[in-house]
Amino acid sequence: MSIWEYANPKKFMQTSAWALPWVVGLTIALLVTGLVWGFFFTPDDYKQGATVKIIYLHVPAAMMAINAWGMMLVTSLVWIVRRHHVSALAAKAAAPVGLTFTLIALVTGALWGQPMWGTWWAWDPRLTSFLILTLFYFGYMALWAAIEDPDTAADLTSILCLVGSVFALLSRYAVLFWNQGLHQGASLSMDEKENVADVFWLPLLVCIAGFILLFVTMVLLRTRTEIRSRRLKALLARERVA
Amino acid sequence: MLSLSNLAVARGGVTVLRDLTLSVQPGQALILRGPNGSGKTTLLRTLAGLQSPAEGSYDLPPDSVAYSAHADGLKSTLTVLENLAFWSRIYGGPPIDHALKALDLVQLTRRRAGELSAGQKRRLGLARLLVTGRPVWLLDEPTVSLDVASVAMFADMVRDHLKDGGLAVIATHVDLGLPEATVLDLDPHRARDIQSTGFDEAFA
Amino acid sequence: MKALLLRDLMLAFRSGGGFGLGLAFFFLLSVLVPLGVGPEGGMLGRIAPGVLWVGALLACLLSLDRIFALDHEDGSLDLLATAPIPLEAVVAVKALAHWLVTGLPLTLIAPGLAVLLNLPPAGYSWLVLSLFLGTPALSVIGAFGAAITVGLRRGGLLLSLLVLPLYVPTLVFGGEVVRRGAEGMALATPLALLGAISLGAAALLPFAAASAIRVNLR
Repeated sequence: MSIWEYANPKKFMQTSAWALPWVVGLTIALLVTGLVWGFFFTPDDYKQGATVKIIYLHVPAAMMAINAWGMMLVTSLVWIVRRHHVSALAAKAAAPVGLTFTLIALVTGALWGQPMWGTWWAWDPRLTSFLILTLFYFGYMALWAAIEDPDTAADLTSILCLVGSVFALLSRYAVLFWNQGLHQGASLSMDEKENVADVFWLPLLVCIAGFILLFVTMVLLRTRTEIRSRRLKALLARERVA
Repeated sequence: MLSLSNLAVARGGVTVLRDLTLSVQPGQALILRGPNGSGKTTLLRTLAGLQSPAEGSYDLPPDSVAYSAHADGLKSTLTVLENLAFWSRIYGGPPIDHALKALDLVQLTRRRAGELSAGQKRRLGLARLLVTGRPVWLLDEPTVSLDVASVAMFADMVRDHLKDGGLAVIATHVDLGLPEATVLDLDPHRARDIQSTGFDEAFA
Repeated sequence: MKALLLRDLMLAFRSGGGFGLGLAFFFLLSVLVPLGVGPEGGMLGRIAPGVLWVGALLACLLSLDRIFALDHEDGSLDLLATAPIPLEAVVAVKALAHWLVTGLPLTLIAPGLAVLLNLPPAGYSWLVLSLFLGTPALSVIGAFGAAITVGLRRGGLLLSLLVLPLYVPTLVFGGEVVRRGAEGMALATPLALLGAISLGAAALLPFAAASAIRVNLR
């Protein structure tokens, strides 16, 4: 049995219908555990105070914002190479979710940056990259919305996604040229003080796992909706002819 | 030569024509007949290589096709001569005098294409076929906006082409007076029900 | 291919409009920015590199949709797609023609406009060089965007939305070269990267654009 069997819409609908309750349950469990643990059962940072706790939203959202684009890149490639419709629809379904994660990362970052850096926004390489990422998401979604024929839309958005990925990477390195960054280096930068690290680390890992599953849930739901709407259109077209 | 085997063509993901099996030899012309929307244009675009067949296949010698669509692809700011010379150079430079003569454009060479009448534009569009030097002509409603004399001129041009060993597939409603042409009625080949390709069947 | 280039150039000159429009826009922008910013000493000179690059980029953007849309409307694109030259070459040639009628003139008038913006004297040569190296990338990337949106009604606005994010690296490196040049700093790296983007885009994007056109024509 090959993985491509799940590219059959019928099989995908069956499997996802079976998997969805479990994924949703696990998502809720992990998110509640991680966020409650992070918010209420970790000490305040000695420098940053309670504001440090925003990392439990900020870091996982930022990671998923990038990973969502990565997933769109992979599914776009699958569509171009193997022409599985579910793959193209999954890419379409992932875009608004990825955009939302990007916006969450930007907003939580601004909320944290105001008291810490004294400004809502700085043209820091990392912040700028995320702003550019939102532009890519907007363009990608606008292209899907603008084309009527679903196969044409899938083809063109896939090409855009491939080219866009290259240019997104280039942009990332381009803005590094401005060198003076305010943002912490690594995403998980708490390991400077080993004794505190674990305390922040574990709930953060749980939150990241929760966000990954949240993404999977959203994409599954949205892909199912896309498939249903395609089917609805096919049935309506058939009815018009009959 | 051109041969179709079991060809089906689709427009917007919906099959419009199916079960086309035939062959056209050099020196022959095939006239496509069928009501509007029956898929004549789609078939011609498929043969021209602009879209791929929904099913089946067709066989053509490589680089043999000259396609003429509804639109003539003329640039209104260029003169008749410049328009034609451009296409001639794109196809590797066959001479254009013959084409100008065949469609009675000699007096118009210095006129801008934008100043031509609809019929004259069409004649210029058809003259392009002669400068391609290609043996297989795929013509989509070539006689639109041509008067009777011009239609006769065009028929002569096609006849000469066939005599030289070319072949032509022509979608038209007009009787061109080509006795050597076979007429293909597309009506029996129309896809009656909506038969979507691939995806939608998978869960319907 | 030469025939196609000559035709596109001839069309650009005969139809007027599109060709001069970009230059006029660039000029207007260079007049309006000082009016908005005010004449305070030093300020204009410091933002001049960025303003000039953004101006050139936007001027380039104005005429992008004409690269393929006109040929699509009158049916020439169908005929070109069935012609003996590969579609990839058609894209490359059309991008080149676009650069010759927008990017190159923009590069040539940029020093004149830099005077209006009080660009420090050390920046002039780098301004011309960076635009000369960078504007080809703008044309090729723009041709890719035009290829994606060629079949769409109201494609113009969408085209800007798709192309602007792709312009980011070119803009960053281009602006950086001029800024560093104006301040007398080392600029070999951004200059090399700017050239690399142009060359890379010219080498690879025609393939992506050609496949987008094929999708749009079918």
